Amino acid sequence: MATRTIKVENLARVEGEGALRVVIREGRVEAAELKIFEPPRFFEAFLRGRAYREVPDITARICGICPVAYQMSAVHAMEHALGISVDGSLRNLRRLIYCGEWIESHALHIYLLHAPDFLGYEGAMDMARDHPRHFERGLQLKKTGNALIALLGGREVHPINVRIGGFYKVPRRRELAAIAEDLKHARAAALETVHWVSGFAFPDCDRDYEFVALSSPDEYPLNDGRITSNKGIDIAAQDFEAEFEEQQHVAHSTALQARTRKGGAYLAGPLARYALNFERLSPLVREAAQTAGLGPICRNPYQSIIVRSLEVLYACDEALRLIENYEEPDKAVVDVAVKPGVGHACTEAPRGLLYHRYKLDADGTILDARLVPPTSQNQASIEEDLKLCVEGWLHLPDDLLRHKCEQVIRNYDPCISCATHFLKIEIDRG
Amino acid sequence: MDEVGTAPLSNRRLVIGVGNLDRGDDAVGRIVAQRLRLRQLPDVDVIEDGGEALSLLSRFEGVDAVYLVDAAVSGAPPGAIRRFDVTTAPLPDAMATLSTHGFGLAAAIELARVLHRLPRLCIVYAVELDACTMGAPLTQAVEATVNVLIARLCAEIA
Repeated sequence: MATRTIKVENLARVEGEGALRVVIREGRVEAAELKIFEPPRFFEAFLRGRAYREVPDITARICGICPVAYQMSAVHAMEHALGISVDGSLRNLRRLIYCGEWIESHALHIYLLHAPDFLGYEGAMDMARDHPRHFERGLQLKKTGNALIALLGGREVHPINVRIGGFYKVPRRRELAAIAEDLKHARAAALETVHWVSGFAFPDCDRDYEFVALSSPDEYPLNDGRITSNKGIDIAAQDFEAEFEEQQHVAHSTALQARTRKGGAYLAGPLARYALNFERLSPLVREAAQTAGLGPICRNPYQSIIVRSLEVLYACDEALRLIENYEEPDKAVVDVAVKPGVGHACTEAPRGLLYHRYKLDADGTILDARLVPPTSQNQASIEEDLKLCVEGWLHLPDDLLRHKCEQVIRNYDPCISCATHFLKIEIDRG
Repeated sequence: MDEVGTAPLSNRRLVIGVGNLDRGDDAVGRIVAQRLRLRQLPDVDVIEDGGEALSLLSRFEGVDAVYLVDAAVSGAPPGAIRRFDVTTAPLPDAMATLSTHGFGLAAAIELARVLHRLPRLCIVYAVELDACTMGAPLTQAVEATVNVLIARLCAEIA
């Protein structure tokens, strides 16, 4: 048969809904298109005309898995517009709540969405039946991450305690000490997770990605840093739109895709952060990486599950360090004076770089808002991975090929519900 | 294959109203919970939950009997109330309770079962919905069943 069609209506085990269409002609992959139907980004429109102070609570509603990322990019961008700097303990508390999000989001992806691919299960339920202890470990990790978000954010999903200039309420030292015990257990569980996932069998794959992530001299990136890449990008967050272009590139999808201005796909997320910041991981994490057989750069997208587990370990370790050194600030919020301006910020959502820009008028009303989520930045890279991989799988029957394609997409932990609204999959052999 | 222990028993009884308050009939579980809570039944906790599986799973901890109320789409007439004892058997396949995550109530029950976390008694009340319009109140057919369902729950739990 010269041509065939494979259609996958709904991507399983990804956040949100999506579809993929692979076109195969005469034994060659003609196209691998991630199809996304994206209505207008309503959140950008919701924000216009709202007061600057409402932004953390509105943007935290974008995603139930990574609300902290949206909240953090939003407050930092707003503080940039208002010329405010949040330092010391308040800055550390923001880093701490972000650790909570990395722990819960990564644990969810590792245990419920990604691990079943490597162990040959259709889904988390089947895996839990045979491996309840592993599954319980994942749940425990997620619970600790959620508890940390609840402690600092007021509730575990769509937190409400973050405000422009700081927080509404800051925790007492003893409150943080109480969660430290859970975090120590979580750190041990994270180390076990690294050992567990590094024992999986990984397909050979070595991609020459342009890794894009935040970097700063002294710490592994969460809330800030310069935008850097392994191919020469080194810019401030405010130059994001000069370096990257997000537009509707392709006829097959109404979704926006980001590329570098030179037109190249790039990779954001755990592999990029790890490759560009390996030296800034804590000694415990670097040692765990070595034991897991990983060098300072990992170009195999399937092994993102190992890097994700190393980041969970780092987030537990970093959270404990922040709690150990925490000094209660005198005030929960710095002084905020409203003025007109434009603010930009990037933070590292679990899935990768998350850019926000806001324009304010003199009374702090939002005139314009721009949000570029990590999944739209990774979409071109996902398509390139698929095109490359499918070539080697043409001999497979459709159902197996379909499953393999889904696995490639899951390597990215895409949050389609953040980037878009609906999505579906189809493989066309003609 | 490894094993985990059985959850310890308690006398806590819990009613969980599942759903989304802003999506028409999908709110029915939560509205039942809100109105049931006003009755202040002794030794019964009443909570609401969005219906994500892991969130529901965490609610089962330390509970002896759980009663879940959710909207469902099964082809029955709108407002029909169906009761399932899922203590020993899963929800029937045809009983798709609503989930905005595709990983909802039925998954929570089965996960709890394989992890030996299912309460000693687990009952699901499913209310057939009519419409899930964003921002709309309950439809007439579903609103009419709310008090009937509360009466049934009270009779069963008391």
